[in-house]
Amino acid sequence: MMRIPISALIGLVFTGAYFFCAIFAAWIAPYGMAEVVGDSWEPWSAAHLLGTDTIGRDLLSRMIWGGQTTIFVAAAATALSFGLGSVLGFIAAVRGGWVDQVLSRGVDLMMSIPSLISALVVLSVMPVTLPVLILVMGLLDATRVFRLARAVAVDITVMDYVEAARLRGEKQMWIIFREILPNALSPLVAEMGLRFIFAVLFISTLSFLGLGVQPPMADWGGIVKENKEGIVYGIPAALIPAFAIATLAISVNLVADWVLNRTASLKGGRNA
Amino acid sequence: MLEIRNLRIEATSFPPGEPPKNVVLVHDVSVTVQKGKVLGLIGESGAGKSTIGLSAMSYGRGGVRLTGGQVLLNGRDIRAAGPADLRKLRGREVTYVAQSAAAAFNPAKRLMEQVIETSLLHGLMPRPEAERRAVDLFRQLGLPNPETIGTRFPHQVSGGQLQRVMTAMALCPRPDLVIFDEPTTALDVTTQIEVLAAIKRAIHDTGVAALYITHDLAVVAQVADDILVLRGGRKVEYGPTRQIIKDPQQDYTRALVSVRSLDHAEKPEAPPILSVAQVTARYKGTNFDVLKNVTVDLAPGQTLAVVGESGSGKSTLARAITGLLPPTKGRITFAGRQLSPDLKGRSKDDLRELQMIYQMADTAMNPRQTVGTLIGRPLEFYFGLKGEAKNKRIQELLDQIEMGRGFVDRYPAELSGGQKQRVCIARALAAKPKLIICDEVTSALDPLVADGILKLLLNLQAEAGVAYLFITHDLATVRAIADRIAVMYRGAVVRYGQKSDVLAPPFDDYTDLLLSSVPEMELGWLEDVISRRKMAAAGN
Repeated sequence: MMRIPISALIGLVFTGAYFFCAIFAAWIAPYGMAEVVGDSWEPWSAAHLLGTDTIGRDLLSRMIWGGQTTIFVAAAATALSFGLGSVLGFIAAVRGGWVDQVLSRGVDLMMSIPSLISALVVLSVMPVTLPVLILVMGLLDATRVFRLARAVAVDITVMDYVEAARLRGEKQMWIIFREILPNALSPLVAEMGLRFIFAVLFISTLSFLGLGVQPPMADWGGIVKENKEGIVYGIPAALIPAFAIATLAISVNLVADWVLNRTASLKGGRNA
Repeated sequence: MLEIRNLRIEATSFPPGEPPKNVVLVHDVSVTVQKGKVLGLIGESGAGKSTIGLSAMSYGRGGVRLTGGQVLLNGRDIRAAGPADLRKLRGREVTYVAQSAAAAFNPAKRLMEQVIETSLLHGLMPRPEAERRAVDLFRQLGLPNPETIGTRFPHQVSGGQLQRVMTAMALCPRPDLVIFDEPTTALDVTTQIEVLAAIKRAIHDTGVAALYITHDLAVVAQVADDILVLRGGRKVEYGPTRQIIKDPQQDYTRALVSVRSLDHAEKPEAPPILSVAQVTARYKGTNFDVLKNVTVDLAPGQTLAVVGESGSGKSTLARAITGLLPPTKGRITFAGRQLSPDLKGRSKDDLRELQMIYQMADTAMNPRQTVGTLIGRPLEFYFGLKGEAKNKRIQELLDQIEMGRGFVDRYPAELSGGQKQRVCIARALAAKPKLIICDEVTSALDPLVADGILKLLLNLQAEAGVAYLFITHDLATVRAIADRIAVMYRGAVVRYGQKSDVLAPPFDDYTDLLLSSVPEMELGWLEDVISRRKMAAAGN
């Protein structure tokens, strides 16, 4: 086995810890998600390790529950955008012609509007629930994945082995999933880490603007919003979720970098 | 002039998943080059010929280190010279001609600028004198319009001309030594001979010493005074050209000299399995026919060789037959059935019985699939073989291509060039085809390996009775394998028939040019050809 570099190790530990807390929030969190347990903005103490928030809920519990929401929404949106974006991107590359034109120009059209604006427009007229949030974020992000997947696949479809598969009479699905996908994986995996982070930032932004996760549900962007007044009085409650977002972003990137390095030097891999 | 003593060259390799290790690329090689003489370095890929060549300017490519011995240039040891000394030396005493001229020129600058750049940089001569010298060199090298060709950009001249311009660039600063690194390998045979003659004349006229690196012994025999045969970074044989060609001492050299001497008795004419009738084709969005009324036939179990230089439409013919480029006119009949022009309209049997092998085995195999998957897929796809039956058949095929056990789980990156091409052959055979289209299958391989592949193909033909449509630019290969020959030029078949007819006079002009351009393993061949052509031209 290859030795894990120190940067990747740090990334793995932090990412793992965040995901662990998110998955087992129900067992780890000392208090309920919206339980009011004390005064507003109590300082750090043994009972409330990170103090309490603006209306007296335990901040550590809010952070853990919020992490669950944020990571779940971001992960689901990323999965959706990758499933949709990469499959459509590959199809556009393999089919070419008008299929490619319709898909690519459609994506260009979507990308010409800043994604935050389009998300705000859609969410202001739709009921803001988690499925809707995931759908909107996933669709908007799929445009980026589509472009990458198409660009990578266009390079691969001109290779002789794809032509050989075509001459053999293989179906389109075989060409996409067996010939192209394995060779397009490394750049896509690296992009996946990056897109996950963008999704975290995006959902946090939406929540901060009030069009994301709705109270009393917790999420990191929402916690910043609820506690931002405290900063004026020197209360750090708003900085803690901000710190969590930043460290999650960095650690996931460290992991993605390492994964990219590894897959690129796999047996038979292209040394991209 | 140049003396290399006990040179040792090392590099560090970084295999994935393993600690870095030191690799010795060149072991203890010694050579001398005298003024006005040409030394040929010859060997297969990985033999260390370019590495040794570049050591003459004390240069190591990407992480390559010159770790032992001496490189004496004009009596000074330059192996350990510092960057400042080397900068003075490179481009002044030693210059370099690269293999791919198209990649070596800066596309944004005019040719003249680039040709005289080193001379000006080293302050060897003022600009007007340098330009005059460049024009003289252009004339010497037989370039058209020597006075004005310098004002063109690299894309405005042909590949052969560009290679000659690069030779002028190397000769312009009046160096003592020029390194030619496979200068004619990327060129067509008909162009190669002109460039070769021009280089030889220029070396002779300027009295410069030269290192000539190539993998083609027939080429080096025309220009070199001495030859060093290399294999795996070690000296195999070193001696005067005449002795190496006429009386080689080592087995490896003997094999190199006798390469391409395969001969093949032509089979009699028979009713065709494939017949291409009046096929015309053009690429989408162009208004130029890349194939013009092509008509050829191929009998079962025989080989039709399609010959021509690059751009003659050989590969396009293959694309038309496989259905990748539907012809605009004409019919293709295969095994008694008329083939649909389009790939989509063809039955599974049509596809199975017509297989293809590519020039670059590297890109013809999915790098993420093992040999077992690559060969197993056609078995699964066409015959529905699974599990044990499939594995048994895969092993049979591997035995057929003389690879034996232990390859099933390997990835393409873990195979040598020849092995890769063999796996591609096995993949084609797996479909039990009646016809295999071979598109330049040996041109990316070293001569000895290519010979092995040709022998394998001939054996398989004798065993399985498969027909080959063999696309190549190499006439030696044609002699070795063909029953019928079609010579193509600018999209049309200019000469077609049984091998003995096509290769016998009287020739048409193009076939004559093509045939006489193939380098032969003989001393003085180049001069003979050139003088014969001059006489013919004078006679006209």
